[in-house]
Amino acid sequence: MNVPTMAEMMAEGKKPEVLFWVGSAGSYDDRAKKISRAFVKILHQANVSFAVLGTEESSTGDEAKRAGNEFLFQMQAITNIEIMNAYEVETIVTCDPHSFNTFKNEYPELGGNYKVYHHTQFIKSLVDQGRLSIKDENLNGKRVTFHDPCYLGRANNEYESPRDLIRRLGVNLTEMKRHKSTALCCGAGGAQMFKEPEKGNKDINVLRTEDALETKPQIIATGCPYCNTMMTDGVKAKNMEESVEVMDIAELIANANDL
Amino acid sequence: MQYLPNFLFAILLIFGIGFFVKNIKKLYRNINLGKDIDRSDKKSERWRNMAYIALGQSKMVKRPISGFLHIIVYVGFIIINIEVLEIIIDGLFGTHRIFQGFLGDSMYGMLIGIFEVLAALVFIAVTIFWIRRNVIKVKRFWNKEMKGWPKNDGNYILYFEMVLMGLFLLMNSTDIHFQEAGIGNVISQYIAPLFDGFSNGSLHLIERTAWWIHIAGILVFLNYLYYSKHLHILLAFPNTYYANLEAKGKFTNDKNVTKEVQLMMDPNVDPYATPEEGAEETVPEKFGASDVTDLNWVQLLNAYTCTECGRCTSSCPASLTGKELSPRNIMMKTRDRLEEVGKNIDSNGGEFKDDGKQLLNDFITPEELWACTSCNACVEECPVSIDPLSIIMDMRRYLVMEESAAPQELNMMMTNIENNGAPWQYNQQDRLNWKDEE
Ligand code: SF4
Ligand code: SF4
Repeated sequence: MNVPTMAEMMAEGKKPEVLFWVGSAGSYDDRAKKISRAFVKILHQANVSFAVLGTEESSTGDEAKRAGNEFLFQMQAITNIEIMNAYEVETIVTCDPHSFNTFKNEYPELGGNYKVYHHTQFIKSLVDQGRLSIKDENLNGKRVTFHDPCYLGRANNEYESPRDLIRRLGVNLTEMKRHKSTALCCGAGGAQMFKEPEKGNKDINVLRTEDALETKPQIIATGCPYCNTMMTDGVKAKNMEESVEVMDIAELIANANDL
Repeated sequence: MQYLPNFLFAILLIFGIGFFVKNIKKLYRNINLGKDIDRSDKKSERWRNMAYIALGQSKMVKRPISGFLHIIVYVGFIIINIEVLEIIIDGLFGTHRIFQGFLGDSMYGMLIGIFEVLAALVFIAVTIFWIRRNVIKVKRFWNKEMKGWPKNDGNYILYFEMVLMGLFLLMNSTDIHFQEAGIGNVISQYIAPLFDGFSNGSLHLIERTAWWIHIAGILVFLNYLYYSKHLHILLAFPNTYYANLEAKGKFTNDKNVTKEVQLMMDPNVDPYATPEEGAEETVPEKFGASDVTDLNWVQLLNAYTCTECGRCTSSCPASLTGKELSPRNIMMKTRDRLEEVGKNIDSNGGEFKDDGKQLLNDFITPEELWACTSCNACVEECPVSIDPLSIIMDMRRYLVMEESAAPQELNMMMTNIENNGAPWQYNQQDRLNWKDEE
């Protein structure tokens, strides 16, 4: 798969339209890597000139910040900013709402000022500009519900871009009882992804999966690699993996377009 | 002797208001124990928020039943208080229903008529609230933190309002002239027949007694506020005004950390250089918060404003899955500790004497703090723009940066980020391998 790096582009004297920030999950997590590849296929189809940082990419520091380690976060942020500023990055797109949030809201004060897009926003703008069209035959009529990622929804008030894309797939979008601003977290945020939960009587991802299953979906659509893991595990815990798929919106679009 | 009632009334009023002012000063002092934070920007947006959220109750109606009932009580409460003005003037000058002469019968009748209807509606709404709390047992009023005082407090207020509204109607029902005039007694005319057969003397006695208890009750209520979650009727206004206006996902970047990180990463700085002559030896600031005085004053204002409604907790993923964390409890404990610190200052001649306690551990445990997913549901839900998450984050910062007391798995995650730039133990050189795996 052709995924140019900023360094390669620079060597050729070129500057891409956008930096694709893959993020740690998108780079290393087996499930999330598929999302990265699906998104790249979409970028190729729409003829977007993009590049990644590759081995120069490092953690955004977001997980450390939510865990309370402001030192580590700012060290990571300042290092990343130095690299991105050296490449004169102007626009960033990422499939991870946590990276999206920290770039958009927390990096500017530390010297990193970029136009930042979540991949659903970016894909939507490609569609709006006529650079990409989404086929609506392949998934025709399937029942889909969308789980709002906290760091896209409540944190940044973006509820419409993902829904707009889902509607274009020609599917039957059914909302959960808690959705948009009242959506329940999948349980991964605030660095929970990296630790065992505190003692309680249920796992958050199971509770959220129950919300989703109430809509009798064939597909649970997500927009975050961590949500994807949590919901996938939740569906397994409910023994529903035979009949319910958990898919990122980028994957749904890539499938719909036969990519 | 003729002026004895006026005199007694004046004393009652002075004491009632004086004590209230004293408590308000204490409140102001306690809130200012918090660190400074600049919320002087975007004034028009702040006024707008206050108008919509506090005055207009825009967030209350997201839960339609309680929202609607609350609006009745709130509007009733404010409007009926116009009547208190008349009561005060009557009390001080020995007049009776002074506004009647001023406004003329029809105007006055309309006003009192409205008051009576509202009083009846408030009475009904408050009764439904009581039923919701005590009979239907709406879950958010029965979480673990709603025991003892907080539970009683919620009910006391409802009783208070029932009694005040009842007294107001009773006072009107037994006011012979008012009933005879037949203006504005839209509700009380149906209560008046209960007293058929009472002599004018006893009617007058009942009317006077109701009148006195009513105004005394209002003054007691005013002074009860400070000790109660009912303080929100005043503080909701400044609290919505000073609330955070940034995106909810934006957490503060600690400026002290930025300074240190920049020093660390700047190759031109010699870390071993002796400080310049005359340069101030600055005491390193504490990172994060372990006690209420480490929080900022908006967070402390938040704590005093909390209505203990539990909307936050009823939408918190941690609370919903039985974890120890409850965002409402975070606010309640912050307030309890702040009160304790305030009392300590009062009893030690204006200075805080170390009591060996702090907000962390003695009130809020690490277990609660680590259960938070930083999902912002609590912030979104709060009808008076309180931000429990910011307190949780500040306390996590203290745990991690001052005490290195993160859970073991998080320490591993952070070590990985330091060593190989990812929360897991993968080699940074493998970051792009995904592109060729299929
Ligand atoms: S931000 Fe934390 S405390 Fe607030 S609702 Fe989410 S998990 Fe609960
Ligand atoms: S913080 Fe807000 S939502 Fe939570 S109990 Fe207090 S007033 Fe209610």
